[in-house]
Amino acid sequence: MTMLEDRSTTNAKLNSKVPAGALADKWDTFKANAKLVNPNNKRKFKVIVVGTGLAGASAAATLAELGYQVDAFTFHDSARRAHSIAAQGGINAAKNYQGDGDSVSRLFTDTIKGGDFRSREGNVYRLAQVSVNIIDQMVAQGVPFAREYGGLLDNRSFGGAQVSRTFYARGQTGQQLLLGAYQQLSRQIGLGGVRLFNRCELVDVVVIDGRAAGIVTRDLLTGQVTSHAAHAVVLATGGYGNVYFLSTNAMNCNVTAAWRAHRRGAYFANPCFTQIHPTCIPQADETQSKLTLMSESLRNDGRVWVPKNADETRPAHQIPEEDRDYYLERLYPSYGNLAPRDISSRAAKRLVDRGQGVGPLKNGVYLDFSAAINRLGRNVVEERYGNLFEMYERIAGENPYQVPMRIYPATHYTMGGLWVDYELQTTIPGLYAAGEANFSDHGANRLGASALMQGLADGYFVLPYTISNGLAPLLNKSVPGTDHPEFKRVEAEARDRYQAYINVKGTRSPDYFHRELGKIIWDYCGMERDRNGLEKAISEIPALYDEFKKDLRVTGTGEGVNQTLEKAGRVDDFFQLGMLMCKDALTREESAGGHFRVEYQTAEGEAQRDDENYCHVAAWEWTGDANNATRHEEQLSFETLQLATRSYK
Amino acid sequence: MATSTAPVREPVTATAAASRTRKPFLLDLYGTAVGKKYAMAVSGIALMGFVLFHMIGNLKMYFGAADLNEYAEFLKKLLYPLAPKESVLWILRLGLIGMLALHLHAAWSLTMLNRRARPVRYQSARDYQEASLASRSMRLSGIVVFTFIVWHLLDLTFGVVNTIGADGDFVRAEVYANVVRSLDRWPVALFYVVANLLLGLHLSHGVWSIFQSLGWNNPRFNAWRIAFARGFAAIVVIGNVSFPVAVTLGIVSV
Amino acid sequence: MSHVLKNLTVKVWRQDGPTAKGNFETHVIDSITDEASFLEMLDVLNERLIADGKEAVVFDHDCREGICGTCSLMINGQAHGPQRATTTCQLHMRSFKSNDTIVIEPWRAGAFPIVKDLMVDRSAFDRIVESGGYITSPTGGAPDANLIPVPKPVADASMDSAACIGCGACVAACPNGAANLFVGAKIAHLNLLPQGQAERFKRAEAMVDTMDEHFGSCTNHGECSAACPKEISLDVIALMNKDYRSAKFKNRKELSRN
Repeated sequence: MTMLEDRSTTNAKLNSKVPAGALADKWDTFKANAKLVNPNNKRKFKVIVVGTGLAGASAAATLAELGYQVDAFTFHDSARRAHSIAAQGGINAAKNYQGDGDSVSRLFTDTIKGGDFRSREGNVYRLAQVSVNIIDQMVAQGVPFAREYGGLLDNRSFGGAQVSRTFYARGQTGQQLLLGAYQQLSRQIGLGGVRLFNRCELVDVVVIDGRAAGIVTRDLLTGQVTSHAAHAVVLATGGYGNVYFLSTNAMNCNVTAAWRAHRRGAYFANPCFTQIHPTCIPQADETQSKLTLMSESLRNDGRVWVPKNADETRPAHQIPEEDRDYYLERLYPSYGNLAPRDISSRAAKRLVDRGQGVGPLKNGVYLDFSAAINRLGRNVVEERYGNLFEMYERIAGENPYQVPMRIYPATHYTMGGLWVDYELQTTIPGLYAAGEANFSDHGANRLGASALMQGLADGYFVLPYTISNGLAPLLNKSVPGTDHPEFKRVEAEARDRYQAYINVKGTRSPDYFHRELGKIIWDYCGMERDRNGLEKAISEIPALYDEFKKDLRVTGTGEGVNQTLEKAGRVDDFFQLGMLMCKDALTREESAGGHFRVEYQTAEGEAQRDDENYCHVAAWEWTGDANNATRHEEQLSFETLQLATRSYK
Repeated sequence: MATSTAPVREPVTATAAASRTRKPFLLDLYGTAVGKKYAMAVSGIALMGFVLFHMIGNLKMYFGAADLNEYAEFLKKLLYPLAPKESVLWILRLGLIGMLALHLHAAWSLTMLNRRARPVRYQSARDYQEASLASRSMRLSGIVVFTFIVWHLLDLTFGVVNTIGADGDFVRAEVYANVVRSLDRWPVALFYVVANLLLGLHLSHGVWSIFQSLGWNNPRFNAWRIAFARGFAAIVVIGNVSFPVAVTLGIVSV
Repeated sequence: MSHVLKNLTVKVWRQDGPTAKGNFETHVIDSITDEASFLEMLDVLNERLIADGKEAVVFDHDCREGICGTCSLMINGQAHGPQRATTTCQLHMRSFKSNDTIVIEPWRAGAFPIVKDLMVDRSAFDRIVESGGYITSPTGGAPDANLIPVPKPVADASMDSAACIGCGACVAACPNGAANLFVGAKIAHLNLLPQGQAERFKRAEAMVDTMDEHFGSCTNHGECSAACPKEISLDVIALMNKDYRSAKFKNRKELSRN
């Protein structure tokens, strides 16, 4: 461990502020010592919440219930549309309703281990602790979770866990949880506790005297750029998976809010930790705009296989058992088809690379339900996965009750994000990041059904406590208003930036550049990375970025709706992020979770961590040049768990 | 970028804060579209009762003039001598007129509401999936049936358009003769048939609609709701259409 | 497996703003694979428009998985196009043939004013939810989740209604521009659950009253349910009607409200 300490860059900003004491007591200690704001004083504080997904909606609603003035922002038409809605499988909680040996500490252990020991123990333990409150809260709000016949809550199991702790609402858990949070937010909007700015996109963060003073937004309907001042700003703006162009993210998911905060001084942590989800529908053609995920829960009953012979031409049902390779069951007998996402994804990639892929483009593996249908009957399978099967059929045009699904990994989630301390505060005081937008609790790899858990934990049960701790000292002190010159300067900068996209008048659309950028990132910073590829990417991206600046074409004007212009701004930020991702991947000379460097693997081809040199969070500081960020480290120490090699064999 | 001249959009807040003033409860209920549909359903039930019993009563025609005229007399003497002659009949008539007025008013105001709800129509052809001829022609069938009712009253209640009897006079008590004389005119018989077919169409959707509007919904009988509506409409139509047909074919004559 | 569609005529509604006069603009797509989704076909069209220096067609879309409810579009006279139980974003070109003419219009309803081209403003739906489409349960006060048993059939029925994605196809498809299916679905979702009972009648009344300010009335055509990508049943409308009526007749004092 001394070695680790020697390497750490001293950076006062990277103080995680995790309370001292036993792991199990840290959150209670924090709550007991946190500064409070008297109920009558809460209304004197304004909090801006950007994003209305699980984290944003739950935070905005809860803060408004407490009495703060809340301004919520979404670029959607309605707060109900955020991409949290697309999560299918479920939400983890250490309720142990099944009596199968689950507990807070087991959920904690699974999450740390699943994240390949690259997350902060204190945060993860708290996440496991509040997970039980989330289920209570969501049930009270009317989320129609699946039930047993006796009326009690049902659970299913998910990848990376040996207990059944996942609560679900058919294949629409994310939708139901988001609607719960949306409804709670709507109630506050109705009552006047929250002011909602819809179709309004954050285009910059304003920092005055080292503290977040507010944000600058662009109204997507009118093109107007306006300032909003507040005592605290919460970014709950999701992940950056769309940097790959093809991902399971929604079309409008982007990194702009987090990136603009980064450019104003918020450190960006572990950008190379991206998750590739093993069960997505393979790309079908060149016009493809996005990939669709099929819930990981399918792996509970589906068996993953490829033909043993790369030259196999028979349709799936004609391939006899002995000619099939159920590779997950073979390689990881104890977890089998439920091996964690990164491991399952890489296994699929290797087989496809070896030519054993299936489907017309030989770019997938089979996920086969015939055994489950024989064992459980079609009705049970339909009950569990009916809507997913229908969705598959709509997209792929094949009936998965009759022929096996074809799946392939796709970018799905980004563990990296804005660096935050225990209070979810970024390196800019007064600026908080929640949900997928922060670098969070998942380390190098997120377990299934944990994203919903984290989003809601941050919004409902963490931010309301930590924000009051941050606001209390500001009571009766004046903060800069939107008439402050810095707001005006940032506003003007934003206006100029968007006008500049229009002024290029080149020949290529933003989508063209996005697609090209995505290809580079996918090829060199995707499921497997190596030094040569990353160096190549680091030289190619700036060249493409230069072309973007010279040859972009945005038609229409900056006034009124202009989706092409919106896209241009987002792609611009993806370029800069892309460079940082590759740089982060290059400098992390180990394999951990979703970050797999081919140079660092065991003889069996598994990820090889380097705990001596890389047991830290890489937090990047903006220097004004996207290709030249400064790397800082927050050392991770594991007091409770022993650093161990992940094994799912 | 030029400063936009469009007004700044205000955020959404306090949308549910305004408290509304409440009218007396039936008016309050009638104040919304759902309440008006409720009123349409309730008045619809009353009107259903009327068309059914009217049809059944008229079947007396097949037993001859004496039976039908006696039935007409019976209606006038409902609850007589407890109540004065025709008093109960008038109560029923007023009730029916009230229900019809309510039905019409609700239909009219809902139609206006629906017009406002889509001020600009689709500019391309719609491809309806479920909406039936019956459901889409409720307004038309309703208007024709209403016109028919007015004419029917003028014809057989007031005799205004029924002056071509043997002696050229309309005798109110001679119900049987009035009916047969009127339906002996083929345009009248045709109008009668058309109006009743439209009544059937109106009922086949309207009766089912009653269940929905009143919230009478239960998996145990949901499947029967449409069957009931169609059956009811069929019975009324068959009964009513049989009269002009019988007269035209000479099965029933003076 | 895939095959290519040739010579598609696409007539798409263009309108500069809420009050501008709109018109159909005709484009020909020479060829596109049938594996493409409908919106990918529009992406292709937009790329071409940009290449020609023209403004791209504005349309709402986001998740492209049929769950966020952002996409809309009236396609050949049907909300979300010809495939049942399918949103526009999940509709694929294999639902069409070579040489087809495809007419694309925005949702049309007074409550859904056109923003631009095919984009409409559906915030009237949010106003309805804000007026009562929730269960009041401030963060932190919830009892243990298993203290409130919900029989499986009840949870299932509630989930059937809760599946609504708020896309507005029901309003778009309704000949009367009514929102009863949307509102009924939310009311059924919450009113069927034990947790929703405390505010059951207040909710029904408030939501129906708000609905009335924006939308037309239900004449039980059934178009809404046929257009609904989540196949929500007309039963939810009956339940809403029942609860709304009950709300008016219930003793307000017993329900502790006025």
